[in-house]
Amino acid sequence: MISHRKLDFRTLHFGGEEGKLIPALQKVQETDGYISRERILEIHRQSGVPLSQIYGVATFYAQFRFHPVGKNIVRVCHGTACHVSGAKGITEALEEELGVANGETTPDRQFTLDTVSCLGCCSLAPVIMINNDTYGNLLPKQIKKIVKGYREAAGGVVQP
Amino acid sequence: MEVKLLTRNFDRPESWTLDAYEKAGGYRAWKTAFALEPEALIQLVKDSGLRGRGGAGFPTGLKWSFVPKESSSPKYLCVNADESEPGTFKDRYLLEKDPHAVIEGILICCWAVGIHHAYIYVRGEFGLPLFRLRDAVREAYAKGYLGHDVDGHGFDLEVTVHRGGGAYICGEETGLIESLEGKKGQPRIKPPFPAVKGAFGGPTVVNNVETITTLPWIVEHGAAEYRKFGTEKSPGTKLFSVSGHVVRPGVYEIPLGLPCKELVYDLCGGISGGRTMKANIPGGSSVPVLTGAEAEAVNLDYESLAAAGTMLGSGGMIVLDDETCMVWTLAVLEKFYAHESCGQCTPCREGTGWLRDLVYRLEAGGGKSCDLETILSITRNMMGTTICVLADAAAMPAASFVQKFRGEFEAHVGAGHCPMRRRPAHFLTAAH
Repeated sequence: MISHRKLDFRTLHFGGEEGKLIPALQKVQETDGYISRERILEIHRQSGVPLSQIYGVATFYAQFRFHPVGKNIVRVCHGTACHVSGAKGITEALEEELGVANGETTPDRQFTLDTVSCLGCCSLAPVIMINNDTYGNLLPKQIKKIVKGYREAAGGVVQP
Repeated sequence: MEVKLLTRNFDRPESWTLDAYEKAGGYRAWKTAFALEPEALIQLVKDSGLRGRGGAGFPTGLKWSFVPKESSSPKYLCVNADESEPGTFKDRYLLEKDPHAVIEGILICCWAVGIHHAYIYVRGEFGLPLFRLRDAVREAYAKGYLGHDVDGHGFDLEVTVHRGGGAYICGEETGLIESLEGKKGQPRIKPPFPAVKGAFGGPTVVNNVETITTLPWIVEHGAAEYRKFGTEKSPGTKLFSVSGHVVRPGVYEIPLGLPCKELVYDLCGGISGGRTMKANIPGGSSVPVLTGAEAEAVNLDYESLAAAGTMLGSGGMIVLDDETCMVWTLAVLEKFYAHESCGQCTPCREGTGWLRDLVYRLEAGGGKSCDLETILSITRNMMGTTICVLADAAAMPAASFVQKFRGEFEAHVGAGHCPMRRRPAHFLTAAH
């Protein structure tokens, strides 16, 4: 369980202007790894922003997650360039290696597999990102070795 | 032939640090700019003919001149680093390799327009580019290039780095402003244009990273020097990010007007595996596609590409070889747009979904002969009917793919599988 650290959302201002909601949600995800119902209520109580607006904004952006995730987030790029360079094979290799489908987390909470629209490094296609590390020009047979590195590293880092 | 104006520092060791940037003559242009009156500076940028590098190609100096000189509410600059167009990855390189050039460009723009607060809206998925930019901003503050009384010139400038939440639509300028204000990134109806009423109700300039990064070079060398590159109507250089089936994909800085052939075959080393170029999407995934033959004949500048029926866009070129299934490629594209439509306007929300479903069905071999006409009719009903251009961005590739590769689409009808890749029709339901 993630211990409930206290966050002060009132301090997340941009020089006295509005526009603090997204940084607040990012802060939550950085701390907890995902956005829980309790946190949304906490932001609401402290900032006075309506609940519907917080939830609307949080669900609008692809970055925010509402379920606990694994220690390592594996993101497979499915942009155009990666698609034509074999992203499908990479996804299948990852699904086989991790034993989970897209969007799922392994039972040991080590890995979450996600496919994303475009990671914006098309010259390296096909690309995956694990946490903040990028792996490019991949072949399906390389997946095993890459994943192994993260399995062995004791205690990965939660992706902000 | 590459020309290195924007990418001049890319090969220097640790080019992203303040030390390296200053050694390479950095922050000199800012001093030159400050010696000029703001009006003269705007005129200089107008004279250089610099056009917005984010996609629309609007003249930068002209955009600045729309901002009222006197304003009761604060003016803002938003640097658009929400680079999300599939196939585009030039801004990532600029932020990673030369973040101080971006900051110097911001200083120049803010002095010209009279802005005291700039936001840099960085794409949420960016890791390294964001960290490097944050470090660079910190260094610049510490050295006195940003903050109160910049460089002892009595000019204040705050810069805030904002990390986006991961939504393609926030690359649209009013979507970006909405998102910056902490809301859903749904574009606003224009007018009022951001230059009059933008972020937090104040007049706002929204410029692409590449546009901003070009400014120091123009200020240092002058408009006439800049005009020596490129063509009469499209002066200067442009970063092209080439991906897909070429031997050496990557970011290339070329003078505008360079033949596309030269970029693909000389700089990028041609098509990989010795195959031929079947199609070329020259400016990011949302511009109309060119056939291989059309691409080989075209020059890369705003006018030539417009004459060829497509656009320069963001310069994200995707090259497709003769083994690629065009129906499948379009299916991937349309899935992206259907996912990224913000849902405000009916033609876009519904149209992108229908396009995706129809193209996926065709790809899987389950389409009908009337589907092609339906796709074209949907695209006609999407273009120009929405608040922002996302609907056009989804419709233009669909229309051009179907028109230019009609034979391939027809071959899929009733085939029961994709004739290019000989796959069974299994993922119609699994796809989305």
